[in-house]
Amino acid sequence: MVPVSHIVLLSTALFFIGMYGFLTRKNLITMLMAIELMLNSVNINFVAFNKYLYPGKLDGVFFSIFIIAIAAAEAAVAIAIIINLYRSHKTIDVDAASELKN
Amino acid sequence: MIYELLKTSLALTAHQIIFYLIAATILVTGLLAVTSPKIFRSAIFLLFSLLGIAGLYFWMEMEFVAAVQISVYVGGIVVLIIFSIFLTEHAGKEARKAPPVRTIAASLAALFGIILGFLIIGQYPFAVSSEAFDNSVSRIGEAMLNYNEGGFSLPFEVVSILLLAAMVGCIVVAMRPGVLSKTEKTKEEK
Amino acid sequence: MNGYEHTVWILLLPLIGFVLLGLFGKKYFNKSAGIIGTALLTISAALALLTAYQYFFVNGLMNGVYPKVQALKFTWLMFSPGLSIDMGIMLDPISVMMLVVVTFVSLMVHIFSLGYMKGEERFATYYAFLGLFTFSMLALVVSSNLFQMYMFWELVGVSSYLLIGFYFQKPSAVAASKKAFIVTRFADLGFLIGILILAYYGRSLDFNTIIQTLTAQQSQGYLAAVSASFLGVSALTWGLTLVFMGGAGKSAMFPLHVWLPDAMEGPTPVSALIHAATMVVAGVYLVARLFPLFALNGASLTIVLTVGLFSALLAAVIACTQTDIKRVLAYSTMSQIGFMMFALGVSGYSGEAGLGYTASMFHLFTHAFFKSLLFLCAGAVIHLVHSNEMKDMGGLRKYMPVTNIAFLVACLAIAGIPPFAGFFSKEEILLASYNKDMLVYIVALLTSGLTAFYMFRLYFSIFFRKAAPDIHGHQGEGPFSMKLPLIILTICAIGAGFIPFGKFVSADGKPLETHFHLMFSVLPVIVALTGIAIAWWMYKKESGKVESVARSMIGLYSASKNKFYVDELYLFITKNIIFKWIGRPAAWLDRKVVDGSMNEIANGTLEVSKSIRGMQSGKVQRYALYFFAGIAFLLIAFIYIWK
Repeated sequence: MVPVSHIVLLSTALFFIGMYGFLTRKNLITMLMAIELMLNSVNINFVAFNKYLYPGKLDGVFFSIFIIAIAAAEAAVAIAIIINLYRSHKTIDVDAASELKN
Repeated sequence: MIYELLKTSLALTAHQIIFYLIAATILVTGLLAVTSPKIFRSAIFLLFSLLGIAGLYFWMEMEFVAAVQISVYVGGIVVLIIFSIFLTEHAGKEARKAPPVRTIAASLAALFGIILGFLIIGQYPFAVSSEAFDNSVSRIGEAMLNYNEGGFSLPFEVVSILLLAAMVGCIVVAMRPGVLSKTEKTKEEK
Repeated sequence: MNGYEHTVWILLLPLIGFVLLGLFGKKYFNKSAGIIGTALLTISAALALLTAYQYFFVNGLMNGVYPKVQALKFTWLMFSPGLSIDMGIMLDPISVMMLVVVTFVSLMVHIFSLGYMKGEERFATYYAFLGLFTFSMLALVVSSNLFQMYMFWELVGVSSYLLIGFYFQKPSAVAASKKAFIVTRFADLGFLIGILILAYYGRSLDFNTIIQTLTAQQSQGYLAAVSASFLGVSALTWGLTLVFMGGAGKSAMFPLHVWLPDAMEGPTPVSALIHAATMVVAGVYLVARLFPLFALNGASLTIVLTVGLFSALLAAVIACTQTDIKRVLAYSTMSQIGFMMFALGVSGYSGEAGLGYTASMFHLFTHAFFKSLLFLCAGAVIHLVHSNEMKDMGGLRKYMPVTNIAFLVACLAIAGIPPFAGFFSKEEILLASYNKDMLVYIVALLTSGLTAFYMFRLYFSIFFRKAAPDIHGHQGEGPFSMKLPLIILTICAIGAGFIPFGKFVSADGKPLETHFHLMFSVLPVIVALTGIAIAWWMYKKESGKVESVARSMIGLYSASKNKFYVDELYLFITKNIIFKWIGRPAAWLDRKVVDGSMNEIANGTLEVSKSIRGMQSGKVQRYALYFFAGIAFLLIAFIYIWK
């Protein structure tokens, strides 16, 4: 049997890989990809807890389904914003969008 | 042969070995996704990572979630990302590297976070329940549309409205400027 | 309860006049303000005379003493059951006398001002201020409580400031009113400290209680007061001396006299009221009020005596050389008040020894009449000649017969020639000082001789000699409203001396029989006549005698003409010492340290905000970093530290 803590460790590592990617990447789309990784790590957690700790309920499953749905919506909106930004700045470099400086 | 070796030396079942393989896949491809200099490659690595996660769901016998993951995440979001890479004409280009200070700092932060997480999680005794888990699609379907106690019809409806809003929002945000006034003008001409 | 409830109206009527004329005078009452003010004050004076009649004759003696009647009392501010500030009206011989004096002289001034200030633009304001002053002075004299007296003391100071600075377009008037206020305020600092000391040891602010506590020599308060000492002098002496300092300021005693000559910048009727009869005697009145305490404390009484005597002599010497007629009268006032002060200083408490007290109060009474008469005459003269200087006058007896007679009577009274009023009061003062100390008597005699000399110098210079070239008598003496007070006051100056004052006012309240010592009074009269003769010889006609005498006493003459350089000394001290060493460093401290620290705090905040502003880089990843850092910090805090 794989102890639940191992699964949780996996999701933790994935989350922090995603965080590393978010802070390091210069490109808006790659930042979006890192965010997706973070969301997925949370999904793994929910599903694992539901299966191993609370098998009688279905809450974890539904939570993860809804997270997926929301992540899809959010990714769509993010892409729309990126396209808009690309149109005005001709680049998707994240440092270019610093009009709110100071 | 190697399998026998592994099984006797490490006293692992196949169940566990498969888990560790899948976990390794997920982590490695995830890491490559965030560090790869070429954007298209990092998108593909992301795809593999998400497929790995779907495999993990299959390993946990949560077929429905795995199916949803593949169809929505892999088939929808990653495709969307790839579209956007092409739309912004960055397919072949290299992503700019972050300054080394930032890389070191971020990796230190990530390491710190992982270690902190390990420490906290290690202390918690996860009480594994031995009940059987009924994961059939019919049960999920019934729960989703159930408006009584234990049902999820309200979040379902809310998410559907959210998706509608997201759709409309995307269209409006990404619209070419001037398109709205053009359609009004054509209406008047008619 | 007692029959004296009407006394509150004596105070309130002038106050009503002030409020009415001050608020509405300029708009509605400008022409009739004088009539209103005078009418109110006539009623007030009549009530005062009625009260005096009631107090001295109808109710009279009670157990052989004139009682201290509390006509009105209400608690204004209570600090603790033992210490409260009550407002009240207390009637005893001297306060009743003062009520009569103040209302009567004020009434004369009101009538005189009807003619003198006619055509003045701020006519109503003038009468309003007069009303305010009269009210404050009346409330001061009937105070039953030391703090009430202090309050009205200050209010009197304010009214005199307003009145001296009445012609505020003249910078000299403004400067004079400021000087008066500041000098008296400085003296009142001592007064306040004295009040606090006396209140602490006397266990109360009420006059009667303080006097009772601190004169009963076995009482705890008295013993504590004489045993506690500071710099080798007992606390009681300090308290009384500081209270006297306040009185000295108000009464223009040396060295706080510098404001009185300058205060002549005000209108002349104001000088008659304030600087002759009422405000300047407030200091004498204060010492008289607290006299039982002074009588027991020899040290403070000696200070009173010395300061009074010295001021009297100094002022007499200065008055001999002044050329401005109002200044001469101002120094004369200072000298006469010096007389009153040292008369108190030589006095004891009971019986024959208390003659000084009676003499001082008697002199206060008569002095009020003849000094205000002198000032009003001077006002009439100035009204005619439009100048204050003696050189612009001369030979005026042709043009101003009534004023001539009045001035002559007043000068005879002040010189102490019988049977005019001043003779009786001055004779009693000299008798009291003769009984006490020979040196005091000799100095007093010399001073009265000088008094006769300079007063008649003034008289002869104004009314005799050859007329100055540009005097025209066409204006006449002035309207009847200006002559009437002169006539009335002349009658008082003649007749007031015959009142057997000792029967009514004495230190311990018991009637005092004052005998008329014929042999004794010969010497002072001779001295006075000598002074008059010298003045006649020098000033009757224009001659070179004045210059030759002045040259022979050159040092004394110029020192006296320059008022012994006291003003210059004060100016030197304030400019070079106080401003340079105290004022400027204090201002520097205020600007650089106090303001500076405030500015630095504000500056520092600005600098910090500028440096923090850099944190907003506009970069999303930076924000995410802060976000994660915050979460990590919270996690650690909540999991490891705060269980």
